[in-house]
Amino acid sequence: MSNNVATPPAEAAAARQEPSLLPPVDVIEDAAGITLYADLPGVPKDKLNLRVEGDTLSIDAEVALPVPQGMEPTHAEVQLARYRRAFTLSKELDPGKVAADLSNGVLRVRIPKAEHAQPRRIQIQVN
Amino acid sequence: MYRSLFPRDLFAEMDRLTRDMHSAFDVTPAIRGFARGGFPALNVGNTPAAVEVYAFAPGIDPAKVEVHLDRGVLTISGERARAAAPADEKTTLHVNERFDGRFRRVISLPDDIDPNGVSADYRDGVLHVSVKRRESAQPRRIEVQ
Repeated sequence: MSNNVATPPAEAAAARQEPSLLPPVDVIEDAAGITLYADLPGVPKDKLNLRVEGDTLSIDAEVALPVPQGMEPTHAEVQLARYRRAFTLSKELDPGKVAADLSNGVLRVRIPKAEHAQPRRIQIQVN
Repeated sequence: MYRSLFPRDLFAEMDRLTRDMHSAFDVTPAIRGFARGGFPALNVGNTPAAVEVYAFAPGIDPAKVEVHLDRGVLTISGERARAAAPADEKTTLHVNERFDGRFRRVISLPDDIDPNGVSADYRDGVLHVSVKRRESAQPRRIEVQ
């Protein structure tokens, strides 16, 4: 997780145009935050680039499959080796406290809500 | 040519287009139905020594996946649990795109495979099944005396 400000805009735009797969996700919200699950089969930990820039959470991952030498593909349903998807975070989420883990090809991202946005029960005054 | 009852119905038009596409590109569909799609996605490749099958099945317990080879037909089946905790009144499922439930995919392999030479491993959410070809089917260099 890094706020990468060093990437020049032109390079970032070129990266966006490269064809990629859209990984399927589940997004679940509970009282304390949002949990996102994304399917990234074939991605080892070091090929996953998860970033928060401003209010955008972006997933950029590369498939690294050990394939035997001289293999001729005969049938391919997964034809690209890159996953990319971005989400816009809403204001009540705290981008500084994002936690993530990747296991068995499933990325789990937990984004807690900011302190001020935690649920409170509002007392109703009756006069 | 397939014609719909309501010619201006967009969904019927899309359905017709899908059928036309299938008849245009898939002249003789495989007997096991559509070759593409479903969970897990499959990539298959050949080397001179083996047939390599890659099943993109993230987030499953490898102990609960069944890989069967029966008379040249490879079956991969299992179940993927829901990642989402059981919904209570304070949790909301906003996006639900990931597959859950039981899955089963079947592919037929070439004739020259060796049923005893199957190995499978699971790594980073990809199940890799390697089926060796029979010794007699492998290319050999013949020495000239």
